[in-house]
Amino acid sequence: MPLLQIKSLTHWFGGLRAVHDFHENLEGGEVVGLIGPNGAGKTTIFNLICGIYRPTEGEILFNGESLVGRSPHEITSKGIGRTFQKLRLWRHLSVLDTVKLAFSSGLNYSLVDALLWTRRCREREEEIEERTYELLETFGLTKYANARAWDIPYGLQRRVEMARAMALEPKLLLLDEPTVGMSLREMYETMDLIRRIKEEFDLTIIVIEHRMKVIMDLCERIKAIDFGEIIADGTPDEIRENPRVIEAYLGKEEF
Amino acid sequence: MRSFIQEIRSRVTGIPIQAWVLGFLVAAAIERLVGDTIAVPLGLGTVPRLFGVRHMVKSPLLIPNTIVYLLVIYFVPISVMAWLTRPLIKRLPSRLSMPLLLVALYGAIHVWGGLDEYRILVLQFIFISILLTVSLNLVNGYMGEFSCASGGFMAVGAYVASVLTVWGFVHDDVFGPPVLPPALGPFAFPIALIVGGLGSALAALLVAIPSFRTRGDYLAVISLAVTFIVKSTFENLEVIGGPRGFMNQPRWASLPVVFVWTLVGVWMMRNYVSSILGKGATGIRDDETAAEVMTVNTRRIKVVTFMLSAFWTGIAGGLFAHVMGYINPATFGIMKTAECFAMLYMGGLNSITGSIVGAVFYQFMAEALRPLGIVKWMTIPVIVFAFMLRRPWGLISFREFGFLRKEVGRAPASD
Repeated sequence: MPLLQIKSLTHWFGGLRAVHDFHENLEGGEVVGLIGPNGAGKTTIFNLICGIYRPTEGEILFNGESLVGRSPHEITSKGIGRTFQKLRLWRHLSVLDTVKLAFSSGLNYSLVDALLWTRRCREREEEIEERTYELLETFGLTKYANARAWDIPYGLQRRVEMARAMALEPKLLLLDEPTVGMSLREMYETMDLIRRIKEEFDLTIIVIEHRMKVIMDLCERIKAIDFGEIIADGTPDEIRENPRVIEAYLGKEEF
Repeated sequence: MRSFIQEIRSRVTGIPIQAWVLGFLVAAAIERLVGDTIAVPLGLGTVPRLFGVRHMVKSPLLIPNTIVYLLVIYFVPISVMAWLTRPLIKRLPSRLSMPLLLVALYGAIHVWGGLDEYRILVLQFIFISILLTVSLNLVNGYMGEFSCASGGFMAVGAYVASVLTVWGFVHDDVFGPPVLPPALGPFAFPIALIVGGLGSALAALLVAIPSFRTRGDYLAVISLAVTFIVKSTFENLEVIGGPRGFMNQPRWASLPVVFVWTLVGVWMMRNYVSSILGKGATGIRDDETAAEVMTVNTRRIKVVTFMLSAFWTGIAGGLFAHVMGYINPATFGIMKTAECFAMLYMGGLNSITGSIVGAVFYQFMAEALRPLGIVKWMTIPVIVFAFMLRRPWGLISFREFGFLRKEVGRAPASD
């Protein structure tokens, strides 16, 4: 059974069709790239998977379970982590608290435990803190644990977002332009990091990216979309040669 | 000169809070013993009840004398005691530091308040205000909504608790003779308060449920509406006095009772905001979508935070009713809410410490400026304005001091 199965997904924003008949069968362990010009509907597809929007039509199955109509926290706690294209960090939380908060679905203590700070609550909080520090270590953020997430350099903020997404123990990781705004060096570091966490946490990844270098190096398979529709699907080499992809990116050749 | 000031400053901030409280306890004891002997020769008449602010406001000529009095009675003993006890307290095992603080704190207010009824009343109001402010901070600070329903929730708590105690233990015109034996009184009072708190937590659903779909200004208007609904409801309930108010509550909210309730409330709310569960509220404040995607059940957190906040606001209302022995709907109108705002925003958002400082400072100011009469209500807003200009985020915001900060597990990494 595929890990993620999307069938004839269509989404309308009022009179605008953002996604049209999108489909995908994602096997566990794959790294799939999602490319397309700005406004092609890439991020919308992520938002549809996470339940931020409810699709107008279509079906999304994760491990055979339908996700449509569920609220985002239910969907993501099944094991879908994501990062955002425009950083969405919490302004007033430290890096440590930011990552901790992503453990929310697994708190397993009640409100009363929290109010009375019972042993059960304390032990769980300590456990989560321990694991958060492990994650921070993996992402090279230990030093910044007590800094506000908004105050640290941009490249590190991107890593905080990834660390936060990893705190949900995802099986599927959705990366929305993980290297946008980065220098070349940071870009290579990020690519290494993505490869490393993929191995370490046994992840399946969908990555949206405009930098072809990143897409071509990381992905085994690429889907190109334009105006919400799939225009190509194949290995990096196939996509590179595909006339429709070239057209979408560079325009039609005029004779 | 500058380094000298810094030196002093670093020494002063290094003194633990327990030492200051012990110092205050000693100062209060000295005042009780020799206050009169010092106050009379200085021309102050009697012991100044609120640190002489009234004397200074009423007759400016007495300002130097009052300052001398404050120096002798408060400044010198507090500084000396703080300095002397500092090394002892630092050597104290950490599990004893909290009990010591509480005992010293209660001792201090007991001795200081023991001078007369008026001081006790001021202290009771200060503690009730702390509860009000900290609970409002949960919603307006930590969760970043703008709830204007403090007055309304306080009214629900006050009326429900009052009806229960009056019906149970007082011979009343409407409810008739007491239903329960008076011996049960001290035990029934906490139950009455809690039922009042639960009542106001239920009323909080009126704000919490709309908050699923709206926030910001719109939610503020809804919460304001709730205050008016509650107020009008009590105004139109003739059984409990309507606009004339409701009286005969037994005065069970004595200083120790109020002190303990405030302590428990602040402790619980601090635990809540320090837990990951409660930090979800800050997640909602800063980016609700991100919180939801990172598995925070935002609806649950909203309901829990609104209800918890209203619960403690209701408890504060119940205590207020049993301090005053009389309540009427007008007490809990928009003015009460505005007062809560002044305390909260002056003290600082997202900080229990800030809320406590704001509540103490505001209540103290409101009492001390009482001799100004109606001018007081023009002076206080100006002072609040001045504060907000200097510190737009409030005195202490987004951080906690000392014992109000909760560390889980390992200590902060040093870099």
